[in-house]
Amino acid sequence: MAETIQLEVTRYSPEHDAAPALQRFEVPYRKDWVVLDALNYIKDKLDGSLSYRWSCRMGICGSCGMMVNGEPKLTCATFLSHYAPGAVRVEPLRYFPVVRDLVIEMTDFMVKLQKVKPWIIRKDEKSIADAEYRQTPQQLDVYKQFSMCINCMLCYAACPVYGLDPLFTGPAAIALAQRYNMDSRDEGARERMDILSQHEGIWACTFVGECTKACPKNVDPAGAIQQYKLTAAKEWFKSLLVPWGAK
Amino acid sequence: MTRHEAKGATQYTPYHPRWYRTRVSTYWWLWNWYYLKFVLRELSSIFVAYFVVITLLQIHSLGRGPDAYVRFEERMRNPLMIALNAISFLFVLFHTITWFNLAPRAMVAHLGGKRVPDALIACSNYVAWLGISAVVAWFILR
Amino acid sequence: MERHKHDVLIVGGGGAGLRAAIAVCEANPKLSVAVISKVYPMRSHTVSAEGGAAGVIKPGDSLDEHAYDTISGGDWLCDQDAVETFVAEAPEELLRLEHWGCPWSREPDGHIAVRAFGGMTKMRTWFAADKTGFHMLHTLFQTSLKYEMVIRYDEWFVTKLLVDDGCVQGAVAIELMSGKIHTITATAIILCTGGCGRVFPFTTNANIKNGDGMALAYRAGAPLKDMEFVQYHPTGLPFTGILITEAARAEGGYMLNKDGYRYLQDYNLGKPQPKPVLRSMELGPRDRLSQAFVKEMEKGRTIKGPYGDVVNLDLRHLGEKLISTKLPFVRELCLKYQNIDPVKELIPVRPVVHYMMGGVHTDINGSTPLPGLYAAGEVACVSINGANRLGSNSLPELLVFGARAGRAAAEFASKHSAPSAAIFAQAVDEDRRLKKQLLEKTEGREHIATIRDEMQKAIENGAGIYRTGTSLGDAAARLRQLQQRYTNTVLDDRGLTFNTELIAAMELGFMLDVAEAIVRCALHRTESRGAHQRTDFPKRDDEKFLVHSLVHRNEDGSSRVEHLPVKITRWPPGERVYGEQTQAKDVQAGR
Repeated sequence: MAETIQLEVTRYSPEHDAAPALQRFEVPYRKDWVVLDALNYIKDKLDGSLSYRWSCRMGICGSCGMMVNGEPKLTCATFLSHYAPGAVRVEPLRYFPVVRDLVIEMTDFMVKLQKVKPWIIRKDEKSIADAEYRQTPQQLDVYKQFSMCINCMLCYAACPVYGLDPLFTGPAAIALAQRYNMDSRDEGARERMDILSQHEGIWACTFVGECTKACPKNVDPAGAIQQYKLTAAKEWFKSLLVPWGAK
Repeated sequence: MTRHEAKGATQYTPYHPRWYRTRVSTYWWLWNWYYLKFVLRELSSIFVAYFVVITLLQIHSLGRGPDAYVRFEERMRNPLMIALNAISFLFVLFHTITWFNLAPRAMVAHLGGKRVPDALIACSNYVAWLGISAVVAWFILR
Repeated sequence: MERHKHDVLIVGGGGAGLRAAIAVCEANPKLSVAVISKVYPMRSHTVSAEGGAAGVIKPGDSLDEHAYDTISGGDWLCDQDAVETFVAEAPEELLRLEHWGCPWSREPDGHIAVRAFGGMTKMRTWFAADKTGFHMLHTLFQTSLKYEMVIRYDEWFVTKLLVDDGCVQGAVAIELMSGKIHTITATAIILCTGGCGRVFPFTTNANIKNGDGMALAYRAGAPLKDMEFVQYHPTGLPFTGILITEAARAEGGYMLNKDGYRYLQDYNLGKPQPKPVLRSMELGPRDRLSQAFVKEMEKGRTIKGPYGDVVNLDLRHLGEKLISTKLPFVRELCLKYQNIDPVKELIPVRPVVHYMMGGVHTDINGSTPLPGLYAAGEVACVSINGANRLGSNSLPELLVFGARAGRAAAEFASKHSAPSAAIFAQAVDEDRRLKKQLLEKTEGREHIATIRDEMQKAIENGAGIYRTGTSLGDAAARLRQLQQRYTNTVLDDRGLTFNTELIAAMELGFMLDVAEAIVRCALHRTESRGAHQRTDFPKRDDEKFLVHSLVHRNEDGSSRVEHLPVKITRWPPGERVYGEQTQAKDVQAGR
C-alpha cells in the first residue's frame, strides 16, 4: 500500500482569482480515511486557507457534498481506498455557483424547499388533548423513504435538467413535497399540486434517474417524481371527466 | 446578482461576492456513460415513431391490394432500408427494455400492506409483451 | 457596518432554537424574531441524535416515575421543580411535534410506540426508527418555514454579545459569505448553540459543537453552572467518535472485554441475563458504564486497537431481521465508516464525550441572571440533568425549554424598550478587534490546529473520566499556557469570502474559555458524583456538595466559583442503585 495519495482540490477566491483552478496536495494514505479526513489534514497541516463545509462526519447532516472524481459524493462517506493509488480530484458540487474553493451557494435550494410547502397542511388541527393522529406502520411505510432526505443536494449535482435549467424545482424538493402528500395526516396535496404541476415542477423532469443513483440515503427522488407525474395526470383526467368532483 | 423573493428566506439584501458559474457544455451528455445512455433512450423514441410509420404504410399497402403490397416489399428489400430497419429494431428493443425496467419506479403497488417488489412489476410487463407478441405472431404466421 | 433590529434574536438553529422561534411567533405574532446560525439549520447537531425522546404516555407509567428516574440518574443534583415541570410538559411537546408531522414509530394499531432506554424504569422512550433527532429536526425546520415572519441569518457567526446598562442589547456577527461584520440589536436574546464536545479529542459531537454560546454568555457576565459534569457515552467508534446508540444495548447487545466476558457484572450493575433488563448490566446508566471501561483498561482487560483501547459490542445474537428493522442505522454506520458488519462481527467501542450537563445557568423559564439573555437546550443548565443525563431526556429538553425560553423572551421583549444607540460604539470596537487580532495580523508563530490538538489532549488527560487534584491542576496550567499562545496565532487565510479558518480561530477562543471553566469547576468540587469522578475524593458528599457550581468571570479575566443550592422538592437524596435492587420503595418515598 502506498504511504501517501495525491489530492487535486479546486481553489477559488473571488477576491483574487478569475476562475477556479486545481491545486495538488500530498496526504497520508490510511485505509480507513475518507476524503473528508484528507481535506481536514490539508487544512490542519498544509494549507489553512482551504474552505469547505462539514459537520457531523457521519452522513446525516448533509454538509459535505462535493464532486469526487466527477461524481457527487458525501466526502465523509467516500473512502480514499476506493480511488487509491490514483489521484483523487475534489471539486465543488456541480451546477451550483461556486463561492469559494469547495463551497457552493445553496440559497436556490432553500427557496425551492420552502416553495413546495413541506409541512402538514390540514383543514382542522387536532388539539393536544386529543392525542396523536393514528398512523399504522403500513401508512408510515408509504412515505418513510421520502422522509430520509438529508438535503445534501447530491441529486441536484447529478441532474442534467437542473444544470441546463436552473429554474427546475429539483429532485429533493419534489421528493419532500411527495413525502407530505403521502403522509396520511396531511391534507395539502391539492395545494402542492398547483405548485408542482407548473412547467419547472415535475414536468421538467425527463427521468434521467441520476438523482436516485447519487442519493446517499436511498430516497429515490426519481421514483417520487414519476409517481407524482402519474398522480398529477390522473387528477387532470379526473378534472376533465368529473369537473364537479374537484375539491 | 440574484434576488430571492420567497418570503421567510433571508430578507436582508445579501452581499454577493463574485460567484463563479461553470457553463454547462452543449456536450454534457458525453460526460459519462449514464448520461449517454439516457440521451440514446430519449432518441430511441424517434425510431419508435419511424416503426409506427412503416407499420402504417405496410397496412395501407395491404389494403390497396396484393400488387401494392408486393411493391412495398420490393422497396423494403433495398439494403439501406434493411440496415435502417435493423438499427430501428435494436433501438425499439432498447426503448422497450428501459421502459419496462423503469416502470416499477412510477407504478408503486401495495398488496396486503406490503409493497409489491419492483422485479414483479417489471416482469409482468415483459410477460404481457411476450404474450401479446406470441398471439399476434400466431395470427400472422398461421 | 450594517445594522439590523429585532425584538428577539435566537442564536442557534437546532431543535431548541427552532422550537423557541415558533414559540415566540405564537406568543406574540407582532414581535420581530430572527434566528442566526453559523450553519444552515438542518445541519445542526440535533440531526445526529439516534435513540429517542422520553415522554410519559402509556398506562402503567407515571410522571413521578419519570421524574424519579431522572433525579436519581442525575445523582440528586437535578433541580426537582424543573424536573417536575419537564416531565409534565415533555409528552405534550412530543405530541405537538407529532401533529407537525414527525414520523414517530408506531404500534400495529397506530398508536405511538415506546421502547426501553438506559436508566428508565418503564418503557417511555418515543422513537422514529433510529434517527429520532434527524426526524425531529427536519420536522421542526420544515414547520418553521410556515412561519414566514421568522427572519433567518444562515451562516452568520456571532462573535460577541453586546451588554449595556446591565442588560443584553444585541450581538455582533460575521456574515460568512461576504466576511462583513453586522450588528444586530435585540431586546431579548436566546442562546441555543448546543454543547462543547469538541473541547475533547474523542467525541460524538460534530465539528460545530464548540461551546460558542457558553463562552459568549460567560464573557458577557452570565455565570456557567455545573461545568465539571461531562457525559461520556460508553459506546463510540474509535477514531471517528461516531456514536453507537444506546438502543443497540436496549435491544439486547452485550459488552465484552478481551476475554469475551460480559465485564459489567463485576461493577454492581446486576447479573447477566440473556434478555435486556431495565437499569441493569448493559442498560445501566452511561457514567457507570464508562467508568467500568476505565477500570477494565487499568486491569489490562481491554483490547489494544490502532486508535487506543477498546472493548467489543456484540450484536450477533440478535439476528439480521431484528438489526435491519430496529437498528438499521447502526448497521449502516458500522459498514460505511469502519467497514464492520454488526450481523457477523464484533464492534470495537470506547467511551467518547457525548453531552455536556453543564452550561449557562438558567431558571425554569430559560432566563439567565443577565436581563434579556435566555438559554435553552444543551447550552443551558436548568438543571434537569444534574450530574448525569439519562438517555432520551435531551431531545424533549430541547422542546420543553426551547418553548419556555421562547415564551419568556417574547414576554420580556413585549415589555421592554429597544436597545440604545450606545452599543454601536461597542460593535465598532469588536469590528476593530476582529480585524486587528485575526484577519489583518501577519506576525505570529502558532497555528489554530496545533493549539486545538494540544487543548484536547490536555483536557482529556487532566479532566477525563477519572480526575485528581494533580491532573486537574496540570490541565489548568496547560490551558493557561495555551491561552497565551492563542494570542500569538496567525491565520493562513486572510480572505473575506467564506473564511472558515477565521471561524475556527474564534471557535478555538470560545473552547479555551469553556475548557478553563470545566477544569476550574472540577477542581473546586472535591467529591465524586455522577459523571464527575475524583479518585482523590471517591465518595459523594451531600453535606458540602449538594449544590451547583457557578463559575463567574471576573473583570480581570480570572474566574470565581460560587455555590447554588439544589432545589429539592419531594425526593430526598438516596443511593443510586441498579441491577436487582428494587426502586419501588424509593419512588413511593417521594409521594
